[in-house]
Amino acid sequence: MIEFHLESRSGVAPYMQLIQQVRHAMRLGLLKEGDKLPTVKDVVARVAINPNTVLKAYRELEYEGLVQPRPGLGTFVTRTLGSDEDVAAHGPLRRDLEGWLAKADDAGLAEESIEALLVSTFRNFSAKRAARRG
Amino acid sequence: MASAVTTQNLTKKYGRKTALLDCTLDVPAGHVIGLVGPNGAGKSTLLQLICGLLAPTAGSLSVLGALPASGLPRIGFVAQDTPVYGGLTVADHLRFGKHLNQTWDDDLARERIERLELDPKQKAGKLSGGQRAQLALTVAIAKRPELLLLDEPVAALDPLARREFLQGLMEYVAESGATVVMSSHLVADLERVCDYLIVLVKSKVRVTGDVEELLATHHRVTGARIDPEKLGPGRAVVHARHTDVQSSLVVRSTAPIDDPAFTVDPIDLEDLVLAYMSEAAESGRNRVLEKQR
Repeated sequence: MIEFHLESRSGVAPYMQLIQQVRHAMRLGLLKEGDKLPTVKDVVARVAINPNTVLKAYRELEYEGLVQPRPGLGTFVTRTLGSDEDVAAHGPLRRDLEGWLAKADDAGLAEESIEALLVSTFRNFSAKRAARRG
Repeated sequence: MASAVTTQNLTKKYGRKTALLDCTLDVPAGHVIGLVGPNGAGKSTLLQLICGLLAPTAGSLSVLGALPASGLPRIGFVAQDTPVYGGLTVADHLRFGKHLNQTWDDDLARERIERLELDPKQKAGKLSGGQRAQLALTVAIAKRPELLLLDEPVAALDPLARREFLQGLMEYVAESGATVVMSSHLVADLERVCDYLIVLVKSKVRVTGDVEELLATHHRVTGARIDPEKLGPGRAVVHARHTDVQSSLVVRSTAPIDDPAFTVDPIDLEDLVLAYMSEAAESGRNRVLEKQR
């Protein structure tokens, strides 16, 4: 079972944060096919958010075909995101990134500059990728 | 959508002082509604009119499809500073609640008191602020109300007690589907729990609507000095700040603003509320309204 959290200053809508956390957990292999998501009541009692927000997130995930509600039982993950190779590739890629971060640190960049550089590069990359894929 | 509360030109005066003026609202059922505004804007007056503790000076209102009346089992009310009877114990509060309310859910009350680790023999006057608020909330929700009204319930609480209070409140909403109207200054809390917003300023309703819709239709527009009147039709300037070289506006617009001369950013709920609350908003908006006439 995963646990949700909410960042109020992130600028990302609360329901979207919940969706991202589920996708993220699926990608990291923390949530697999057949796993149960926490009930709406459990989520609101823990995170102190509006139940409609949780319902909306779960509906959206259902629409994406990632989860399926079973009446009276709960909401269950219906597929696994990212194959085993993907997860296996995480280790080396993470090490590359850590190497890059160390270089940025050596170059004397402040933490904020590093973050800004990472985010803007990533945004460029994903905009280009989206354009390529049409 | 079904309405929990509707008001028509609702007005309340205390002598010559106007607390609420021409307030017309349609509060949807099944939502958690945040009522925000500066001190003295009329938030408490509105809540007390809805729960039947005050009678309107003019206008009308309907609460759960009926005239408001005090002490209805379908409506729960927690007044400002979450009052409890200091000389009575926690158990006394539950006993009175059970005695006075036909719809009392004793299991729910006991289970909550146990989970909150409140000592039933403790005098309510000796509880901490957070515990007192939780006791007042317990008494209010054990009636199993369809409409729960809360006046600044968390204002005096520390962050942890606030979070715990909201957790309990949201749990009840999830389980019962009740409508909640709560006033608060703490917009960050409202952002988590509310999906509908009413902004009251100077006895009047300034803006009301679904939180997501409000966020989607309000933008922060910055650029070299902007004449608000050149933004185009269908766009209302909520708030404007100008320096000699730059303008920063909060604009309400359903259509996207894609003029390359401006930087358009999304706005968070706190800034949106502040834009409506600030004094400057009034002059900026009136100008636009005059222009539209």
